[in-house]
Amino acid sequence: MTRWQHVGILAAIVFYGFAVGCQNDSGKDGPVEPEPKPVEFKATPYNWKKPANFDDPHYDFTKNPLTVEGVALGKTLFYDGILSRDGAITCAFCHQSFSGFAHNDHALSHGIGDKIGTRNVPGIQNVAWTRAFFWDGGIVDLDLLPIAPIQNPVEMGDSLANVLKKIRASGQYPALFKAAFGTEEVTTERFLKALSQFMLTMVSANSKYDKYSRKETGASLTESELRGLALFKANCSGCHTGELFTDQSFRNNGLRMQLANSKDFDLGRYQITLNLDDYNKFRVPSLRNVERTSPYMHDGRFQTLEQVLEHYINDVQDTPQLDPLLKKSGKPGIALTTTDKADLLAFLRTLTDDEYIRDRRFQPD
Amino acid sequence: MRKIRKITLTAVGWLGLFTGIFWSCHHDNPDPQPGPTGSLQLAFDNVVGNTDLQLNTENYTNAGGELFKVTTLNYYVTNIRLKRADGSAYVIPQDSSYFLVKEAEPASQRIMLKNIPVGNYTEVSYLIGVDSLRNTMDVSKRTGVLDPSGGMTGGMYWDWNSGYIHFKMEGTSPQAPVTASGKVFLYHIGLFGGYRTKTINNLRTIALPFGATTVRVTENGVVPKVTIQADVLKVFEGSMKLRIAVNADIMVSSLSSGVADNYARMFQIATIKTD
Repeated sequence: MTRWQHVGILAAIVFYGFAVGCQNDSGKDGPVEPEPKPVEFKATPYNWKKPANFDDPHYDFTKNPLTVEGVALGKTLFYDGILSRDGAITCAFCHQSFSGFAHNDHALSHGIGDKIGTRNVPGIQNVAWTRAFFWDGGIVDLDLLPIAPIQNPVEMGDSLANVLKKIRASGQYPALFKAAFGTEEVTTERFLKALSQFMLTMVSANSKYDKYSRKETGASLTESELRGLALFKANCSGCHTGELFTDQSFRNNGLRMQLANSKDFDLGRYQITLNLDDYNKFRVPSLRNVERTSPYMHDGRFQTLEQVLEHYINDVQDTPQLDPLLKKSGKPGIALTTTDKADLLAFLRTLTDDEYIRDRRFQPD
Repeated sequence: MRKIRKITLTAVGWLGLFTGIFWSCHHDNPDPQPGPTGSLQLAFDNVVGNTDLQLNTENYTNAGGELFKVTTLNYYVTNIRLKRADGSAYVIPQDSSYFLVKEAEPASQRIMLKNIPVGNYTEVSYLIGVDSLRNTMDVSKRTGVLDPSGGMTGGMYWDWNSGYIHFKMEGTSPQAPVTASGKVFLYHIGLFGGYRTKTINNLRTIALPFGATTVRVTENGVVPKVTIQADVLKVFEGSMKLRIAVNADIMVSSLSSGVADNYARMFQIATIKTD
């Protein structure tokens, strides 16, 4: 060996020392790859786009950067009965695409062993903008949401610990976790964040109304729909605000009290805050895809949008908790003529996003 | 000659390797405590009056004369601080300051605090429960006893009203009303003040002075052991007269604060072992 070769070896060894010593340092000092180069883990970034007519999302994507593999894992989990005790109840069992990821067949959620819950299944859409989940807002972090249905004894009836155990033992999942997160390790965080990733991609922003709102070429509303939009702005948008069609507050909309024989008299938001002012208040739902998300209200008491409007016109109950916006004229309710009603319904139907409902990316593979 | 040079070069090479490792990583591992550190052990001993608590088997009587058995007793001990004689305090770093004491798991009742600056300490204080900051943190920070999968926490997390249960005591009593699960009482006390909307805050700070004993943390000497007794009878007695017959089930309710006030007074220093 020549002297220069020795110097070269020495330099290489010192350099190697730096490299080995800094492995935890995410390579910012210039990593030296061993030979042959191992295949570096790199999930493919998912190109998540904010619709032009929407505000910035509420969800902090920096804590859970979306990747194609992460979204795919989330979707597989969403459509897998492994999340339930008997293997039969998937997320999609209740959240069905054709009903705007809500559920049409049951007024109250229908879960494991034909058990019936206490509330109407809400649709899944635009969760990246949602600040509080469930009818009472008991969950404020999307990443923590799936634990509730998984562990609810009348929904999926399992425990998160057991679901994770089943996933670790399954044939397909370790590889999917590795593709999404770099190793096969199945943790609470990875499981929940993968489900979040999939749900965050479920953006509904291509309804007839959206195209009109974004002034896209050829997009227009009919005379009746435009009259409906004006009526909506005057009478409904105080609560069903902005492009999400909800201000995400909790309000009492004057529903008749549940029947005295109802075993699950629902106190709504009060159950979370224990504040008497929140008695019988519920989250203002978005009206996107509302034509598809029947039944309506927290307890699914109305089957049709006509019934909903009928409630607001003729049956708003004047209680101390009634939202002041529903008593603007001193008299509870919203005054609408028969024509108004038809126009308003025509407008509400422009919020249906068929592209979203049929989107292959959200359907089972 | 050639051989010697080779060996020398190899030695220099190894030296270079290690120097590389140490130099390059010096900034990664800053010493958490300047100066020497030592350890201190906290041991939690759950008792009923003067006797050691026995789960499931023993019958006890509360101040209201109600007979009861305890089947579960779990509580979070977090945000531990050690006060010095001069009034200053050493705060255990956040990521090492969350413990879940479970009566059913003896190992969970012994908490070894490490890397404490050597010196004399006069008081320990801690929270019963999970503070609002941790209660609202990203799921990546919810590991170990804070993992909502319950692997270790065993039902110390409310999934429908996101938040940890600070203190959980369950048992049976002939005075309890009949339910589907028998004559049981269930006290699940949580609530940390709310995410965006204010709710009840049931976090309680417990401060226990060491009294006449000086607790000396040393680098190589004996690890002091502070045994803290938690008396189950105090849960029933205090600002709230808790009676199983009247309130067998307290969870998310305005009554929960009364239970928290009661259990905040259940802790006392039993022994301090310094040799």
